Amino acid sequence: MSELLTASMTDLSPWLAIPVALLLVLGGLITLIGALGLLRLPNFFQRIHGPAVFITVGTGCFLIASMLYFSGTEERPVVHELLITAFVLLTAPVTSMLLMRAAVYRNLRARNARNGASSTDAYQFPDDE
Amino acid sequence: MKRWLPSPLLSAFLLLLWLMLNQSIEPAHLLLGAILAIAVPLLVAPLRPTPVRISRPFTIIRLIIYALIEIFRSCFNVCTLIVFGGGRLNSQFIRIPLDLRDPHGLAVLACIINSTPGTVWVEIIPGSNDLALHVFDLHDAHWWVNMIKTRLEKPLIDIFEQEAP
Repeated sequence: MSELLTASMTDLSPWLAIPVALLLVLGGLITLIGALGLLRLPNFFQRIHGPAVFITVGTGCFLIASMLYFSGTEERPVVHELLITAFVLLTAPVTSMLLMRAAVYRNLRARNARNGASSTDAYQFPDDE
Repeated sequence: MKRWLPSPLLSAFLLLLWLMLNQSIEPAHLLLGAILAIAVPLLVAPLRPTPVRISRPFTIIRLIIYALIEIFRSCFNVCTLIVFGGGRLNSQFIRIPLDLRDPHGLAVLACIINSTPGTVWVEIIPGSNDLALHVFDLHDAHWWVNMIKTRLEKPLIDIFEQEAP
């Protein structure tokens, strides 16, 4: 065990260590569940919802824990993790939107090829039936 | 003033971003940040489709708080469904007629919907103003339409589409 790591851990007061630990455990659990969803859900449209869980809430937990920990150990407010939050919130939706759209139109093309039709109706809404 | 700072909000955000990235408020960083804050909006001005007009700061704060609550609530729901749901999921596309036309407002709506676990914005169906939305576990389509129109779309219309009272 390195000198540095043990020293900083003992300096941390329990009032800070407990919330940091709780947030890390919660973030880890949420990430695990999201990954489990990616593994277990049966089709693409459902699987895309698995990562959405940890992109927002899991990452949020880790970033808040990081802000608390470094603000406590360096004894000044450390807030540049907020930038990561902003970047994640701006980029992750674009990814899922593009993936979803690609899957929808791939299915449409496959359906058209199977039926020999050239439909442009890509969606099946429950209230249309 | 107007010529050098076409969008003061964007400039302020860029300066803040630069200072946060460097984690200091030394004069050197302030100077470089200020140069960025003035140069970048001028350089990207030809790329921006329409100017943004934002009003009603309280509606913005209320919308952010509501979106955060909704994100945590749906995160809990989706986690429960993944762990205990088994094969009883009813994943569906639903169609939501939108009244919001402002592209910036639509972008914010897309970010909120996609950041919320359990819903994914697919696209605005070509040739209409209807949004195709994929819901992880659908019970009541009308509840979703109602929720998105009143809780998310209405505040965004108030924030972004105020110039025509």
